[in-house]
Amino acid sequence: MTSAETIKEITREHLLEGNGVALGQCLTAVGWVGGTVPELTENDGLVELSMADVAGGGIAVGFALAGRRPIYIVRYQGFQWFNAPFVTNYAAKSKDMWGIPCPIFVRSIAMDGAIGPVASGSHHSIFTRMPGIAVCAPMTPGEYQKAWDYFMAHDDPMYCSEHRRSFAVDYEMEDVIHEKADITLFPISSTRLNAIEAAKKLKEERIICNIVHLFWLKPFVVEDRIRKALASSNNKGIVLDGDFENGAMKQIAYDIMHKTGARVDVLGLEERAAGFAPHLDNLPPTPERICKKVKEMIHFT
Amino acid sequence: MRSQDFGVIKDISKQFSREESLEVFRKMALIRFFELQVKQAFDDKLIKVPIYLSVGQEAVAAALSVAYPNPHIFGQHRCHDLYLAYGGDPAGLADELLHLPSGCAKGMGGSASIQFHADTTRMYGHDGLMGTQVPISVGYALGTGTRCLAVAGDAASEEDYVISALGYAAHKKAPVLFVGMDNNLSILTEVKVRRNWKMADLAKAFGMSVVEIADDPWTIMHHVYELSKNLPAYLNVHVVRHLWHNGTGTDGPPEWDRYALVKSELGQLGLMNDAEKIENEAKQSAEKLWQARRKVQQGSGVLL
Repeated sequence: MTSAETIKEITREHLLEGNGVALGQCLTAVGWVGGTVPELTENDGLVELSMADVAGGGIAVGFALAGRRPIYIVRYQGFQWFNAPFVTNYAAKSKDMWGIPCPIFVRSIAMDGAIGPVASGSHHSIFTRMPGIAVCAPMTPGEYQKAWDYFMAHDDPMYCSEHRRSFAVDYEMEDVIHEKADITLFPISSTRLNAIEAAKKLKEERIICNIVHLFWLKPFVVEDRIRKALASSNNKGIVLDGDFENGAMKQIAYDIMHKTGARVDVLGLEERAAGFAPHLDNLPPTPERICKKVKEMIHFT
Repeated sequence: MRSQDFGVIKDISKQFSREESLEVFRKMALIRFFELQVKQAFDDKLIKVPIYLSVGQEAVAAALSVAYPNPHIFGQHRCHDLYLAYGGDPAGLADELLHLPSGCAKGMGGSASIQFHADTTRMYGHDGLMGTQVPISVGYALGTGTRCLAVAGDAASEEDYVISALGYAAHKKAPVLFVGMDNNLSILTEVKVRRNWKMADLAKAFGMSVVEIADDPWTIMHHVYELSKNLPAYLNVHVVRHLWHNGTGTDGPPEWDRYALVKSELGQLGLMNDAEKIENEAKQSAEKLWQARRKVQQGSGVLL
């Protein structure tokens, strides 16, 4: 089963058996959001919103306050600049402010390339800085299920940072921790696929990389696997992400450095707007960029 | 167009029972004298959070609570009137304003983010971003099928997401009564400076039943009984905020004082003795409630 099929089944079950709802714009358009939305109707709980992004977020939060545990589907993460306010300022604060839970599952979908200034990959950093909301970035079927199970077992809002490249993934990604490595990569979202590619290329040059896949972004826990990987790789690491560097990546790198004393750098989008033309685009770190950064890091003393 | 008589139906008060008229006035008096005590407590520096008082606009919440009972409520920052009219505990609000854990939001809500949750009526807190209560009320109403009340000022109503949510509510038949508390001001900037359109026209264009009137409570009740038969609907009410947007100051005498007008009308209906009794009870009750809190604040009493 692919990740897309997993999401679709989770949604179908939530709507048909859990009195849940899923809301978003153009859900029933061609493709049904990359095959992640079941072909149901409004009577089943699949609610088409108007194209008003900000109000749509508010309406979804209203459904959450009503106890319907909405899945709020935002087809491009860049649209979160309009969709986020009600989630971050109301749903995420409702329990602290008034003791009233407001659980909403935000499916926020990233994609890369030829989409200009608005999209540019992931935007989960908007959410990780705010209290009261969990943030994850699943890439595999098992991780999607884990994210959903967590959401249903808690009463907090959850931001699920998705990537279109995950939809076809039908396998799990295990950490790779060598007894002796040169560096540890901590990739997030689609950079996990690029990190695997980069590690293969680097191995040909006898540079050994650990890979610790980061799925939970907030709350972020510096787990034993992170400590172990850094200890076996000269206490050097790089956090990789498809968001801009001044965000979740640096928060995570700070936490890891603070808890381990290791040197952890970041590599994400370049600090500039993305253009539409291929040579002006601003993409998540490619395997080539990752290789270059690794070489800089391991030769740094 | 804006006047104390705008849209008011002549002699409409005679169509209502004695009990209804006095119940409205009882709630108006509750709000008026509670708020005057809050003003005093603020001026005496017992209250240290920004406050948004409802003095002058009591009639709207009072009339709604009689003609539109038991909704789930989504108010805005100025909402003491809704809280009190719909049965929120005055002691819980007083404690909230005094930053106490016994407050209706345990001290987190201050004046602007208050709540209460009773069996039949719930009032959800406001998050401080103007107008957010409107889209949230629409989602809540669609998600529960419960009759809701969403209240926004004339300024908050200009938020783009409020307008979009009204359109969506009309399209999806969300059971919400939207009420515009139109005091003609955003802090001190008049409506005519900010826009050349009316909320009532906009709501009408979306296909809702719409009424625009001054804040005469009997006229409000008359229309609300009708509007609530076909939700969503929009009611724009011209009100007068006697005190500042935030705080207790004034910028001169109010355009009109609906409280005094209602009391006078009750006199015309032969109910002046009842009105004065209600007024005295409300005044004494508010004084007692706040006096007890003053003593606690001064370290010489306990709250019962």
